[in-house]
Amino acid sequence: MTTADGPLGLVETQRVVLFEEGSPLVLASGRELAPVEVAFETYGTLSPERDNVVFLCHALTGDAHAAGHHGDSSERGWWDNIIGPGRPVDTDRYFVVCPNLLGGCQGTTGPASTDPRTGKPYGLRFPAITVKDLVAVHRALLSHLGIERPMAVLGGSLGGMQALQWALDYPTEVPGAAMVCATSRLTAQNIAFSAVAREAIMRDPDFNGGDFYDQEKGPELGLALARMTAHITYLSEEAMRQKFGRRRQDPSAPTPDPDAPESDFEVDFEVESYLRHQGTAFLDRFDANTYLYFSRMMDRFDPFADNQVFERLKTLVTRFLLVSFDTDWRFDSSHSRVIQRQLARAGVPVSFREIESPWGHDSFLLEVPEYHRTVDTFLDSLWRER
Amino acid sequence: MTLRPDLRLVADLIGADSRVLDLGCGDGALLDELITNRSCSGWGVELSDDGFYGCLARGVPVVQGDVDRGLEDVEDDEVDVVVLSETIQALRRPELALREMRRVAQRGIVSLPNFGHWRLRLELLTRGRMPTSPELPNQWYSTPNIHLCTLSDFEDLVGESGLTIVDRIPLDGSQRRASGLAGARPNLFAAGAVYSLERNSDILNP
Repeated sequence: MTTADGPLGLVETQRVVLFEEGSPLVLASGRELAPVEVAFETYGTLSPERDNVVFLCHALTGDAHAAGHHGDSSERGWWDNIIGPGRPVDTDRYFVVCPNLLGGCQGTTGPASTDPRTGKPYGLRFPAITVKDLVAVHRALLSHLGIERPMAVLGGSLGGMQALQWALDYPTEVPGAAMVCATSRLTAQNIAFSAVAREAIMRDPDFNGGDFYDQEKGPELGLALARMTAHITYLSEEAMRQKFGRRRQDPSAPTPDPDAPESDFEVDFEVESYLRHQGTAFLDRFDANTYLYFSRMMDRFDPFADNQVFERLKTLVTRFLLVSFDTDWRFDSSHSRVIQRQLARAGVPVSFREIESPWGHDSFLLEVPEYHRTVDTFLDSLWRER
Repeated sequence: MTLRPDLRLVADLIGADSRVLDLGCGDGALLDELITNRSCSGWGVELSDDGFYGCLARGVPVVQGDVDRGLEDVEDDEVDVVVLSETIQALRRPELALREMRRVAQRGIVSLPNFGHWRLRLELLTRGRMPTSPELPNQWYSTPNIHLCTLSDFEDLVGESGLTIVDRIPLDGSQRRASGLAGARPNLFAAGAVYSLERNSDILNP
């Protein structure tokens, strides 16, 4: 394998139907869903004892393709920098599993999938889902792979929320849960940003109540706007200053043409061009309905509000690692501190560290050395104790 | 791995099944012993990266943070014992640490070096320079120990903090339990001490 090919080289997304008509997925709401197909990738080798599984949970807009490439070695999975031989998620040791989430749009059953009752895409007839439901599907996937329990569940942002829910719902199942810049409960400000994203999508003239799949185009404008707004929250002010400053696309551009005054309001500064690009690029790979379902699911996430959780915490075997970044203002360190306090107060072993990084919420996807070393050390300790 | 002798003494002062908060826990050796062999639970607070990674590698729960910034997140009486092992002399606000210790736990264990040891006194008297010793090897300008005190000084602060000394174990230069003169006149002859403290029931005291 050449270096240019990356440490993992070519990888493949697999698909499996985990729930069928006769044995549907029963959601936390009580509603049933079938079929449920899941797209997933695996890296590394499952040990004979089946005790080396690191389960990756992706964030709002991630997918199953966490590492390696699908043919073009310059286009690597979203978490390629942390996964591979000798990397923190060391594929020489661990068997790594990463699925696309339930309700997603990258191979796993979601609002764009065909509703067997109508033969048409679900659209907004797709049932509301919770983080508990994501976990139920993760467990079914492991079961399909012949794995009883993961060694560790690891995720950033919404990914960390799944790790938390998994440990809380199945207190004797998860030896290690690593949550990076995650939260146990969104703040009013977080929900406010979700609301703007949803409004942008739903007020798009092409939204059509979620039934846009057979139209020439869906709510592209709204989805792009949602993505642009979200991207602002993923970067710190410092990161934006470093990346773009007040640089302009074309400083020599002439003053506005009096005959075409609107041209003055097109992209001028580099940050505008970046956001527009992020918005447009998103359209190729993301479904507006999935965005609605996932953002609402995150708004409603509040596992510690369930009083029974504290009873279950008494039997919890999970060791937690919480990592936050000092410039993250989407889920700032106070979110991790709340989780640390809830768990430590209940006697659960939890470690927490705020790491310096100028890149805001996005830091969890980047190669921040202290962050990677922290994840490495945590997984290594679980590996030695397994 | 064998536990440092003074940490063994600290561990022996902590009952089995205790909830422990170890402030300035280093690489987590004490908590590891307490959790693994004495069915205790709890967590450490440690500022240094090396200490944090040491804890994480051992599987000891640790929060990276600065004890000087207080324990405002920790609830009153949340734990049974607070440990300040070879930490208090490195804090900017030792009096705040003792006050917080008193708030969050009924009991506290503090170990510290004794700046009143005769050899240090003699060195200051004869050389007229800030003394150094095996326990305090750094120069005055580079030492992390910014609040050195004698055992008597410390005991005064304990009293002012609304705490009572339940037990005092004098240490020799190798951080073992000292005997002889160090037991009789610790402020002059002990290299350091481990204190077991308890909250005064007197509510008029802070």
